[in-house]
Amino acid sequence: MTANQLARAISSHVRGAVVSHSKGIDMPTVVVRSDKLLDVCRYLRDEQGKNFLSAVSAVDFLGYGENVSGYFGTERGRDLNATGTWGSPATVEAPAKRFCVTYHLAHVDADGAPPDRVRLQVFADDGESVPSVVEIWPTADWHEREQYDLMGIVFSGHPNLKRLIMPSDWDGHPLRKDYPIGGEPVQFTDAE
Amino acid sequence: MSTGIDHDVDRPQAPVVPLGTPCQIPPGAPSNVVPPPGEDLITVNFGPNHPSTHGVLRLIVTLDGEVVVGLDADIGYVHTGFEKNFEQKTYWKGIPYAPRMDYLGFFANELAYVGAVEQLIGLQVPPRAQWLRTLFAELNRIHSHLIYLGTSGIELGAMSLFFYCTRERDSVLDLFEMVTGVRMHDRYPQFGGVAEDLPKGFYAECKRFCREMPKHIDSYLDLTAENPIWKGRLQGIGTIPAETAIAMGLTGPNLRASGVPYDLRRNDPYLAYDQLDFDVVSAAEGDCYARYLCRTREMYESVRIIEQCLEGMPQGPVMADDRKYVLPPRAELQTSMESLIHHFKLVTEGFRTPAGQVYCAVESPRGEFGCYLVADGSPKPWRVHFRAPSFVSLEATAMCSVNRYIADMIAVVGSLDGVMGEADR
Repeated sequence: MTANQLARAISSHVRGAVVSHSKGIDMPTVVVRSDKLLDVCRYLRDEQGKNFLSAVSAVDFLGYGENVSGYFGTERGRDLNATGTWGSPATVEAPAKRFCVTYHLAHVDADGAPPDRVRLQVFADDGESVPSVVEIWPTADWHEREQYDLMGIVFSGHPNLKRLIMPSDWDGHPLRKDYPIGGEPVQFTDAE
Repeated sequence: MSTGIDHDVDRPQAPVVPLGTPCQIPPGAPSNVVPPPGEDLITVNFGPNHPSTHGVLRLIVTLDGEVVVGLDADIGYVHTGFEKNFEQKTYWKGIPYAPRMDYLGFFANELAYVGAVEQLIGLQVPPRAQWLRTLFAELNRIHSHLIYLGTSGIELGAMSLFFYCTRERDSVLDLFEMVTGVRMHDRYPQFGGVAEDLPKGFYAECKRFCREMPKHIDSYLDLTAENPIWKGRLQGIGTIPAETAIAMGLTGPNLRASGVPYDLRRNDPYLAYDQLDFDVVSAAEGDCYARYLCRTREMYESVRIIEQCLEGMPQGPVMADDRKYVLPPRAELQTSMESLIHHFKLVTEGFRTPAGQVYCAVESPRGEFGCYLVADGSPKPWRVHFRAPSFVSLEATAMCSVNRYIADMIAVVGSLDGVMGEADR
């Protein structure tokens, strides 16, 4: 199923859910509105056979595209097609919202069918929550806890949303782009 | 001497579910079984440093007598920030990080990362390199399954099996050493192909390994498959039905042991797997014993694939000829100025990619290992996220262990075959 067909199928079942869609390098990609996410997921699982959630990945787009226009240290907006610059197609634009949560869905059965992967994305600002899909794919439990822990995305409706990887009293979310990558104070647990 | 405890009192214990009872996904958070209220319950901290938790897994177990009634798994003790590290490194310099996550199935991690980048930049890998990658992916699968078999044997009290498995594991690593120069974490697959072609003498050594390995697998099966203690510890424990396994995201041998012969090598062929003849090993029962049988029998199939790779491998280059992405051959650096410049630029500055996102999944020894990569067009990845099969399998620990004896929990953790380095990243 192409991205076009998929987006049309989703829109016809969940009105106004699709924000945009693209063919993608590897698989059809559909961006949906976060308040319609659960309806879309339920539709994809029950009607489209996407019974398998590979992973939930969050991306922080803070500062995205600001340092990509030339060699290291050159200013933003340098023409990438100019002589002497390695040719990337264009300067990239940061998305309107800071965070993106990506769901990689697939179809798994015993008949040897190909996985038929689909990528579903939701954008969210800092502090904005994304509905939890644990009730649809139970495997999302740890995936969402990991993204909450490392990226600080709050998944509303998650039954047990607490830190998974970092210590429970850790400060900050290490995979955010504004988290310092050196010189941060060492955090000890149970220091008394 | 009296301890003051009256051992003769018959205390009622929580009921133990009979062997072979299918696991149910717990209500609420599926990875966390909340214990029922009760008076005689004790909470035991199991791990993170415990010889039978397969690394540094911490299980917070609530016990009623000997029966597990509540379980919460805690991971993160070997969290090293791999994903953050990738963001600070150029694409080339990311390759050595990948194999250090799943240190037993290291080759699959490299394949996923390298495959994702190749897909992103549209780099074609020459056929011989594809076959070489297939060969080593299967050698690595044998390596990983041997460690699984040995260590889960130790956890069940079968010490000698570990020594046999380590012996064969060493001969696998010898083969790796012949080609890559190191025994683990080899950085052998690189963007566009593999680092080097096979050295002289590898063919004969690998042939010998393929001749001997099936006999060794026979002997492991002789030791364990019909062993009454082994069967008693594994059969009917942690039975996962097929739908539950899919819903919990299990892949690899854990899923195939539940009667779903889903294997990315067959269902979504990559590398040279579509040209090879092999069977997808599966079992119907879904218990620990089925998972053990699946892994052990998979080694036979891996040997078959390795033999076919040795016989059918095409001749030709092992590296793509695209100097924008691929390091020039070492010898050229002495004679060609352009090669020297390319080498210098690639190593210091890295290469640029189109902006975009890509997900590349491979069948690691533990299941679907995926690499999700977001690129902004600079020489460093914007975000790399790994879908680690161990991370997902360990979620099922609580579901599989609850309402059975604590000794069965050990068997369950062993049979799910998690590698903590990969789960924590």
